[in-house]
Amino acid sequence: MNHTVQQLLLAAAVVLPLLGSAAALLPAPPGLRGRGPDQAVLRHGVTVTGVVLAAAIALAAGFDHDHPARMQAQTDIGWIPALDIRVHLGVDGVSLPLLVLTALLTFLCALYTYFNRPSGPSPKAFVALLLLLESGTLASFAVLDLMLFFLAFEMVLIPMYFLINRWGGAERERAAWRFILYTLLGSVVMLLGLLLVGLEGGTFDMVALATDKGSGLSHTTQLIAALAIIVGLAVKAPMWPLHSWLPDAHTAAPTVGSVLLAGVLLKMGTYGLVRIVLPMTPEAAHTYAPYLAAFAVVGIIYGSLACLALALPSPTTTLNGGFALSESTGAKGDLKRLIAYSSVGHMGFVLLGIATLTPTGVNGALFANIAHGLITGLLFFLVGALKDRSGTTDLDQLAGTSGAALYGRAPRLGGLLAFGAVASLGLPGLAGFWGEMLAMFGAFDPADGLSRPAFLTYMALAGVGTLLTAAYMLVVVRRVCMGDQPIEPGTGTGAGRPALADVHGHEFAAWSPLVALTVLAGLWPAALLGLTDPAVQQLLAGGNR
Amino acid sequence: MTANSSSLATSLVQSVDWLAVAPPTIAALTGLAVLVADLFLSERGKRLLGWGAIAGLALASLSLLPLLDGDRSTFCLTTGAHACSYTADTFALVIQFLVLGGALLTALLSFSALDDLKLPAGEFWFLLLSSAAGAALLPAARDLATLVIALEVASLPAFALVGLRRGDRLSSEAALKFFLSSVTATAVMLLGVSFVYAATGSLHLSRIAGALTHVDPRLDTLAQAGVVLTLVGFAFKTAAVPFHFWVPDTYVGAPVPVAAYLSVVGKAVGFSGLILVTVLAFPAYADVWGPAVAVLAALTMTAGNAAALRQRPERAFSAVRLLAWSSVAQAGYLLVPIAAAGYADSAKDASRAIGSTVAYALTYAAVNLGAFAVAALVARTSPANRLTDYRGLYAARPAAALALGFFLLCLAGLPPGIIGLFAKVTVFSAAVDAGLGWLAVVMALNVVMALYYYLQWTAVLFRAPEHSAAAESVPGGTAEPVPAAGAAVARPRAVPLTAAIGLTAVIGIALSGAPQLVLRFASGTLL
Repeated sequence: MNHTVQQLLLAAAVVLPLLGSAAALLPAPPGLRGRGPDQAVLRHGVTVTGVVLAAAIALAAGFDHDHPARMQAQTDIGWIPALDIRVHLGVDGVSLPLLVLTALLTFLCALYTYFNRPSGPSPKAFVALLLLLESGTLASFAVLDLMLFFLAFEMVLIPMYFLINRWGGAERERAAWRFILYTLLGSVVMLLGLLLVGLEGGTFDMVALATDKGSGLSHTTQLIAALAIIVGLAVKAPMWPLHSWLPDAHTAAPTVGSVLLAGVLLKMGTYGLVRIVLPMTPEAAHTYAPYLAAFAVVGIIYGSLACLALALPSPTTTLNGGFALSESTGAKGDLKRLIAYSSVGHMGFVLLGIATLTPTGVNGALFANIAHGLITGLLFFLVGALKDRSGTTDLDQLAGTSGAALYGRAPRLGGLLAFGAVASLGLPGLAGFWGEMLAMFGAFDPADGLSRPAFLTYMALAGVGTLLTAAYMLVVVRRVCMGDQPIEPGTGTGAGRPALADVHGHEFAAWSPLVALTVLAGLWPAALLGLTDPAVQQLLAGGNR
Repeated sequence: MTANSSSLATSLVQSVDWLAVAPPTIAALTGLAVLVADLFLSERGKRLLGWGAIAGLALASLSLLPLLDGDRSTFCLTTGAHACSYTADTFALVIQFLVLGGALLTALLSFSALDDLKLPAGEFWFLLLSSAAGAALLPAARDLATLVIALEVASLPAFALVGLRRGDRLSSEAALKFFLSSVTATAVMLLGVSFVYAATGSLHLSRIAGALTHVDPRLDTLAQAGVVLTLVGFAFKTAAVPFHFWVPDTYVGAPVPVAAYLSVVGKAVGFSGLILVTVLAFPAYADVWGPAVAVLAALTMTAGNAAALRQRPERAFSAVRLLAWSSVAQAGYLLVPIAAAGYADSAKDASRAIGSTVAYALTYAAVNLGAFAVAALVARTSPANRLTDYRGLYAARPAAALALGFFLLCLAGLPPGIIGLFAKVTVFSAAVDAGLGWLAVVMALNVVMALYYYLQWTAVLFRAPEHSAAAESVPGGTAEPVPAAGAAVARPRAVPLTAAIGLTAVIGIALSGAPQLVLRFASGTLL
């Protein structure tokens, strides 16, 4: 496709949501009023995200798949000459899948919101924030200037803060404050690292810096800058032990917020590692890789153990379900919290893959990134739907003594949940498998100069992590999907369980793309790996052109 | 014969470039006009005085436009080497714009404060305009005598402005504190100026710079002492540590618009004087003042932020107090490039470093005045102006809350306050370029530290309003919001105040979209 068209498509994908966000706050023009202002603004959200998705797909279709390592659809305009900051946009094989994933998930979220209005203040602000969030995430995957990357990175925090703070569940104010404090401090530390790289390297342009391979930076500068950047990105990723904001934020966030937080926001951290740390400070990346991998593996084990603890029945439930739960503040056994912790584990695999510094590992990491976005997005949607129907996400309350029997009460919902859980534990043939396997392959044979025994240990521990993941996911499936269907005296209500509404049409519409892509990526991983591999080879060898 | 007499006449009677001196002159003349008009106006007509003052300040700002085409000098020596007392170069024009614009915004803020606090209108406007005239004169002054006079013209009315709240113990105490510490600093500075004069035999900055390169070795100590003591006076005005103790009490005691004025225009006076003496007069002693200013900068930002962090939100006037300490911290950032200029290898590098300060000051002026404007707005309904009073501001006044949030994020240096971020980046890079790595690290730590209180305040704005919780706990709690709402209705709508908030917000957003507008000073030559 024509280069100018590609340029415009990319620019439109970043700018349109921003304009749409501003437009959402204005009163609807005549002719677009719909059935009242709320419906009009929600429809506006669907339209804008739909157009952005179309632009992203067109961009992907026009992408030169023969040269995924080349930066394509580049726009490069001066913005602040005084600091040599330029509006430089472009996509390559690393960023394109993330870009499409973001556009897709945001569109599905907007669609879901259209039929399932969030409980809270006016949907007007909700849509505006959602679009702002989309613009920020798309921008952070599309920009090629360190300062702009930071701006985009920060731009995402504010809407997410408000989404949690205004539309969230219990404890939302505390969770939102914790989220903003952690991620902001992290990104300020990252800013210092980026500034150091930019000022010492003489340019903020990411392509130029990647081509330099850190030759403009002294070894000490690289070490300091990379440490700051890694810490900043690790908060976002999140890497153990900087993850503690995540479970609270996920538990409190509204469904759509959780989906985007897990599906898109976390990817920005690992994307930054691949895009910035690996090519721009290669020596420092080499120095820190074993530590990064160690933290990643601890994250995998820690995340799975935390999930297992949440998944198993808590001893208080045997007394009196409803009563005992009110004093444990609902956090124990919360399904959203469980999926949040599982994200810590999955992102651990991504970090491990990156830390191997091999093309195999980094490709695996990028693949796992996408897979996690699809699968965890789906799981959060499902748990949100479950909460809408049964009023709780607490596993103990849902399951009672024998199980929630979702297969019997809402077979399609139960089936989807089981599908999501199985995909998440990495069943071969589904998307979750390839990324984690490649990451472990990478650890089996890490880059030259990295200690092989250490990485073999990490690989073994990661393998244990997959077993634990399988264990807790199956426990969840057993407790939520299976169980006795007839009248259950232990639920606290005393009456029989009400039937749950099965999957609605709009939910099918929002979820089936995720299911289809999970299967597709699992059966045909080459489609994605073919894009990322040349770009990764190039990044590890000396930057894009 | 005739040619001879005319040249004699020019040597005796200077031709003054009235266009060049117009900005401070117009401000001063308007001040006098307002004072005289006050005598003849009825009580109801006094509102016109304010609009007259604003018109005068606007006219003074407009008079900067014809000066843009090039440097102009006037009040020059007619004999010997070329040296002028007044130069309208880019630096002077930019600072004059800052000062006059800042005074204009202060004037907009003051309308409602004059009504609410029953301040004497004529005196207030006269004092404000006089101070602004002095402040506008200072950046163009190119000899030490003019500098000192300008500094005093800017300061003396400020003392009176702070103490203008008649019968208020806090106000008079604030004025006294401000006056005493300021006078001490001036005395010390005059001593320094006299030492410098003794060592060099000149008051003109350019000639001092020349003379200081070959000072008589016996006078060297005297000259060094003179340099340091002169800096003290300006350090006081910028509220640099250890001359910062007057700031919180003075800001709290003064009417909010006056505090805003001091935090922006007062500081601009201080740092532009500091720049003039350091870069123009004392470059030969850069090894003396460079490290001194660097240490001063580090101490100032750290002390300001540490004190701001310790503010208790439920204390009376905690909002203004927090802004006061934050302005101390910001003064620290402003000093960083001046210190960097002391380490610069060439005059061009020094000038670029100074440009960073100017760019930062312009940004800071706009957003800090905006923050004070919202504080003034809130002070109308909750006079105690505690940080807790800002809780739920978004629910009550969404636009004001969004504006304040934006200003605070600009001060913190976080998006969407993009201009605040990049202004800090220029200052940071000035420090790095000058090899002041340690100062850059101190600054970075301080910026991170400051995030906490700026963010906390921003978050408070969007919390749920408190009275809904109070209504639940106290049975009569529902009666509480009613008088507050009634009071808000009873007061006249503060149109000028709203205009000031709107104007600063527009400036902040425009600069965030096109930071080059101010950041170009950081790459060009000013002096």
